[in-house]
Amino acid sequence: MATDNRPLSPHLQVYKPQLTSMLSILHRITGVVLAIGALLLVWWLIAAAAGPDAYDSAQGFIGSILGRLLLFGWTFALFYHLANGIRHLAWDAGWGFELNVAYATGWLVVIVSIVLTFVSWIGGYAALGGI
Amino acid sequence: MSMRSPLGRARGLGSAKAGTQHWWAQRLTAIALVPLSIWFVIAIVAATGSDHSGAIAFIGNPVTAVLLILLIVATFHHAQLGLQVVIEDYVHTKSVEITLLLLVKGAAIVLALAAIFAVLSIAFGGA
Repeated sequence: MATDNRPLSPHLQVYKPQLTSMLSILHRITGVVLAIGALLLVWWLIAAAAGPDAYDSAQGFIGSILGRLLLFGWTFALFYHLANGIRHLAWDAGWGFELNVAYATGWLVVIVSIVLTFVSWIGGYAALGGI
Repeated sequence: MSMRSPLGRARGLGSAKAGTQHWWAQRLTAIALVPLSIWFVIAIVAATGSDHSGAIAFIGNPVTAVLLILLIVATFHHAQLGLQVVIEDYVHTKSVEITLLLLVKGAAIVLALAAIFAVLSIAFGGA
């Protein structure tokens, strides 16, 4: 197409990163990550329905180093997307657009996501009876 | 006094070519997912490390099964809507865009159905 080679104004290269924009793109990224991770959830459910052998192999992968790493990342993505999602729903209702409020809720979302990720993982290890 | 032209009214389309259904569905599934995901995380953390019979007991419990199905439907609908926006934003070649949109929509339906089938077969069959 003729439009393919036209020069563009710089945008990402020059726009200063801010909490608002960074959290916004992180919301999109975590959304995509969650969608991909949902595949793992489906696999696990089908494995459980298929029988003990399939289930054990699914659990084996989840319990492996790589599996735990992925699950940890997915957990953070879940809590972040959930917390920031609530922030989005508040905006949809018209609340929270003032700059100081947007920044305060933004930081709250980040902190809550990290805290909940660790709380859930500590809870999970406790349910296992230790690491 | 509506500013729509007679043709616009007849076709029912604006420049967006669709109404606010996508926006609303995204918000409705999001609202449903708030309590559902919180429940899911708590339930899954509590069930960590279960062997197969433990997992079957968990999934097969009627309340859990219904909540899981609600979670599956809401999740895949929400995910499909979200991915649709991402694809529409970043893919500039129309044929590739439409192909990806169809793939995502198809995958969401197939995966949701497979997951629901798995939950039901455990709940009814005691696999």
